[in-house]
Amino acid sequence: MQQALLDYTLYLSDNSLILGQRNAAWCGHGPVLEQDIAITNITLDLIGQSRILYQYAAQLKGGDATEDSLAFLRSEREYKNCLLVERPNGDWAQTILRQFLFSCFQRELYTQLTKEKDSTLAAIATKALREVSYHYRWSREWVLRLGDGTAESHTRLASALENLWPYTGELFKGADYELALGLDPAMLYTNWLSAVQSTLKEATLSLASFASCFMQTGGKTGIHTEELGFILTDLQYMQRTYPGCDW
Amino acid sequence: MDSHNLEEQFQHKIDQEIKIEPKDWMPDAYRKTNIRQISQHAHSEVVGMLPEGNWVSRAPSLKRKVILIAKIQDEGGHGLYLYAAAETLGQSREQMINDLHSGKAKYSSIFNYPALTWADMGAIGWLVDGAAIMNQVMLTRTSYGPYARAMVRICKEESFHQRQGFESLLVLSKGSEGQRVLCQDAINRWWWPALMMFGPRDHESTNSDMSMKWRIKRKTNDELRQQFVDMIAEQIKVLGMTLPDPALRWNAIRNHYDFGEINWNEFWQVVKGNGPCNKERLEARKKAWGQGAWVREAAQAYANKKNTRTKAA
Repeated sequence: MQQALLDYTLYLSDNSLILGQRNAAWCGHGPVLEQDIAITNITLDLIGQSRILYQYAAQLKGGDATEDSLAFLRSEREYKNCLLVERPNGDWAQTILRQFLFSCFQRELYTQLTKEKDSTLAAIATKALREVSYHYRWSREWVLRLGDGTAESHTRLASALENLWPYTGELFKGADYELALGLDPAMLYTNWLSAVQSTLKEATLSLASFASCFMQTGGKTGIHTEELGFILTDLQYMQRTYPGCDW
Repeated sequence: MDSHNLEEQFQHKIDQEIKIEPKDWMPDAYRKTNIRQISQHAHSEVVGMLPEGNWVSRAPSLKRKVILIAKIQDEGGHGLYLYAAAETLGQSREQMINDLHSGKAKYSSIFNYPALTWADMGAIGWLVDGAAIMNQVMLTRTSYGPYARAMVRICKEESFHQRQGFESLLVLSKGSEGQRVLCQDAINRWWWPALMMFGPRDHESTNSDMSMKWRIKRKTNDELRQQFVDMIAEQIKVLGMTLPDPALRWNAIRNHYDFGEINWNEFWQVVKGNGPCNKERLEARKKAWGQGAWVREAAQAYANKKNTRTKAA
């Protein structure tokens, strides 16, 4: 049970860290200064979430584990983040849609976790939920702008949807550690889908062609896409080059 | 009232320390100088996000990553206030950005130097932000109201950044041999470019006289530079590191530190566009702006549709 709780906590923190690491690449390169600041704000929230979760995971793991040893010194196969968050930034449409699909999921997930019997996770979820509600609103507004903006933005968003949709199924497929804790994510699917569907409809996009879409899985159990190795190379560079230092 | 009287009244206000506000009469040259200076300052904040942004993905700990991102985000915020302050003088943000991209408007040359190692994040905070603050503290009392007010807020955040930069170097200075080498190397590379941030020597500075008369500036380049050297020469002792200047020594007669000659040839070369990163920085800004065009157009088209629908309803 303790192992399941540790794995689950790492799953949550890896999700936030890897998406934060991805979004951070927009810092200084956004389409307009206000939005550069907005996505950087979301990045800060996500990395902030990952820190509290890693701190909790370090406590669960015991020994000399720290937030940084967990964030920086595990190997590719030990990261449990879902595949969706490691997808490339692509253009602004792909970054926005990835954020929207994930924030919408995180909103359902953290709402459920606020009622969780593990009081630390419940407290973290309560705090994070305020941030996630903002991420959801912000990314939703951008989905509407892009979907119902110009012909070009519509095409770009539609193409982002094609790229990302196959990575959404995994979110709702329970990994062993989720099921062991009685936290089957399948329960979140209906609410998530209805929020996504209504937003996409308003954005003049449809999910009709994805009815029988084949879903990619594996991230939650450590089988990632080729992207993760490159993300970790950047992320871990300093800790690997200067081992055992304080920063 | 003829323009001579207007100009007298204007100078009278300045002399009485009354702020000039956007709707007040002002000489064209005063307006132009402020637009030039404020937009240049805004561009510096935005271009300054690039060398630091370059290290976000590789920050050595989560705490340092968060601190670095927050700092860069503050710089974006400073860019926003400053663009807004310059807009009160009748120049649109779009025009200012076009001027940056065409090379007509400048930004601080310091950002044309590369951020090569993690220690550069500390050195930029301590030396670059430290040098900027010297100038900015003076600007909180500048004569143009919106600029002065923007600077008050910016200064609070900048002095925080400078302390963070120093603290980050302090950790390195107390760390492993490898970390101490990183620290000294970063100081060696950023020291002279930081001194260049104060601009040419007073007798070679073309914009100084009127700026002093109009109290846009209140201290000369050389005065500010000396003040900076005096501050850093003391702080470096706490780090147990050295500044790369054999001529640096306390002068009890002047009550200031003496220091060596800046390489003015390098200074002018970087100003002219031949610094190590001039091309990359400008290309990165142009690329972000160009690739963002369809996003801005979509947002505009959506806002227009929404307006039309609201009116129709």
